[in-house]
Amino acid sequence: MIPELGEYALILALGFSVILAIVPLYGAASLKTIWMEYAKPLAKAQFFFMAISFACLGYAFGQDDFSVQYVANHSNSQLPIQFKLSAVWGGHEGSLLLWALILSGWTLAVSLFSRGLPLDMLARVLGVMGIIATGFISFLLWTSSPFLRYLPRYPRDGADLNPLLQDFGLIVHPPLLYMGYVGFSVAFAFAIAALLSGRLDAAWARWSRPWTNVAWAFLGGGITLGSWWAYYELGWGGWWFWDPVENASLMPWLVGTALMHSLAVTEKRGVFKSWTLLLAIFAFSLSLLGTFLVRSGVLTSVHAFASDPERGFFILVLLVLTIGGSLTLYAFKAPNVKSESSFGWLSREMLLLINNVFLMVMAVTVLLGTLYPLLIDALGSGKISVGPPYFNALFVPIMGLLVVSLGFSSVARWRNTSLESVKQQLMLPGIISLASGLIFPFLYGDGFNFRVFIGISLSMWIITTVFREFKGKFRSTTSIAEKLKQLSPSYYGMMLAHVGVAVTAIGITLVSVYSEERDMRMAPGDTMELADYQFKFLGTKSVKGANFVADQGTIEISLDGESVVTLYPQKRRYNVKKSMMTEASIDPGLFRDLYLALGEPLADGAWAVRVHYKPYVRWLWLGGLLMALGGIVTVFDRRYRKNDTQKQGVANA
Amino acid sequence: MTPKRQKRLYIILGIVLGTSLIVGLVMYSLNQNINLFYSASQISNGEAPVGTRIRVGGMVVEDSVKRATDSLRVEFTLTDYEKNVNVVFTGILPDLFREGQGIIAQGKMDENGVFQAIEVLAKHDENYMPPEIAETMKEKKEAIK
Repeated sequence: MIPELGEYALILALGFSVILAIVPLYGAASLKTIWMEYAKPLAKAQFFFMAISFACLGYAFGQDDFSVQYVANHSNSQLPIQFKLSAVWGGHEGSLLLWALILSGWTLAVSLFSRGLPLDMLARVLGVMGIIATGFISFLLWTSSPFLRYLPRYPRDGADLNPLLQDFGLIVHPPLLYMGYVGFSVAFAFAIAALLSGRLDAAWARWSRPWTNVAWAFLGGGITLGSWWAYYELGWGGWWFWDPVENASLMPWLVGTALMHSLAVTEKRGVFKSWTLLLAIFAFSLSLLGTFLVRSGVLTSVHAFASDPERGFFILVLLVLTIGGSLTLYAFKAPNVKSESSFGWLSREMLLLINNVFLMVMAVTVLLGTLYPLLIDALGSGKISVGPPYFNALFVPIMGLLVVSLGFSSVARWRNTSLESVKQQLMLPGIISLASGLIFPFLYGDGFNFRVFIGISLSMWIITTVFREFKGKFRSTTSIAEKLKQLSPSYYGMMLAHVGVAVTAIGITLVSVYSEERDMRMAPGDTMELADYQFKFLGTKSVKGANFVADQGTIEISLDGESVVTLYPQKRRYNVKKSMMTEASIDPGLFRDLYLALGEPLADGAWAVRVHYKPYVRWLWLGGLLMALGGIVTVFDRRYRKNDTQKQGVANA
Repeated sequence: MTPKRQKRLYIILGIVLGTSLIVGLVMYSLNQNINLFYSASQISNGEAPVGTRIRVGGMVVEDSVKRATDSLRVEFTLTDYEKNVNVVFTGILPDLFREGQGIIAQGKMDENGVFQAIEVLAKHDENYMPPEIAETMKEKKEAIK
């Protein structure tokens, strides 16, 4: 009964999204206020029924209702309750339902928090989001309903959730990532609404900025968590694989980063307007492309759980309609855009334009590397895969250039800056960064290392230039505390995010250069040495978990004869699917991780043991979190709220 | 030409030049870094180059996995149900590596016709078959019919 209610609620939600897609947009086009007023209640109703539908599926999982196909395929009565609930998005249908729920959640949020928005703009934004929701909910209902039943004979117990997904990381990673993916639909809707209304002044940029920043922060947070999850859960200590699905989330993030910066320029200076519109369209299109790549089964990947050509085709149609439709609209309307000011060759505008170009090039590089194998396959010229060396060879140098330009744009001023002032401001930061890059490998490693030199210099370059610019704010002030209070949250958010880039860069550099790893055959009593640590293998014993049995190894780690920690890596065997899984055991630290994983049992109680020494690996996620935090902080800027109340006051008067 | 137009022209020229340079570099490194996929039959027919990084896929033949007693060296045979190819790998095999399971190995052919694997991939689902293998298998089955 409950699952049918869920399906019914989903159908009702589709009904409301269809009305939302038609009525407010028609109202805005024909200037009928009452029609436009419908947008808000419709958004609420749509969210209400999506939430009911999602809750019904959650209930079916909680009650072990294995007559529901999706539950039977992705859950099991032995599964701990928190994983039963996160299993809701452990497969194709449920994760799409989550996608649609989050979309309606964003729609609701826009309707609640955009009080300063003119009615016709709000109606258009919500209407565009209604169109997107219509597409996705129909996709759910027609090709991937999670509420289908196995009747009359249903399985006594479920087929279990993939053991890799039975983890805290899976509980939070997909919702966060989807918050980001879907969040770009708001920026997209604002761009389309601006194009539809023809009012392409800087106002739309100011409205859409906080939404874009939040979506970007969620996406970055989701990617960071995903990388961390892969590190500890996949059992081989990697943190980025250039897997197509990772790329699918990285591309909208890169374009989103460009969009964020471009929006800032559009709002403050009234230039780059059409470019910003285009970026908003691209960011969301890439989110959709990511969904298509993951869901259509065209890729060989851990994430590609569903391969169904019909589904792939449906998403492809949605993708073509979205991109085609919005670009057509863009082509008709964008030529009317006029820049409101000009800028010189050396100015913050120009440097941010360069930053945008670099980010776009990075996105295109990743896109080509991801789609090239598909293209070659479609042309029938053989099966290929593009390896990490391709991505590293192109991505890393461009990232370096981007970081160099970041330093310049920190100190450059809007409109025009004299070369003299830039030189004078950057001399000291430049010297400090080069010197630290030069010294660090001697202090930390065994001598000069080019990659460390570059990585540390670039990271220090960010930190010192950000600090230099921060210090510049106090030039004409006497009270430091007063000035600190005066600076806006969006300024602090920017600093946090830029320092985050530096922290991530330090982490990536050091973990790539100074990591050590060894795979060894170890019998009980054997010792091995790695990065000055001694690892003593004391054998394995059998342990029992909630829904698995495991061989648990005991490994004592000591440094120069002093005991550091004892780790217990496991080789698990899950009861239901009889699948094996490596559960790595990690001794985390700010400056180094010790990472142990069991390979396979060999003769005489010996095991293949994998040992990693990972210096500074935590930094790369720490930096990711700082960036995300920076994005969130910007939203608390008084400007957005003040603007709201001002408009409110005018409306009331 | 007004100075404004002139500036715009320079910007556009810069973008066009930059893009073509980048596209060129991208295509170059793509060609340097792609790994071609070969089936066991293609390899035993000698179609695969020696000493170049390639991928080979197939089913692990039952009872073919042999382990060294003193190291992590392991040997096994891959098949596409027509021809076989021997693979040598030193290291830890993935959790889902099993006899009778479809896997993909990345590495190089040596002069003796043995595949020296650097990496062995088995995907995280026991029902899963890499599309590359599934397709070669299908072709084989159709050929038998």
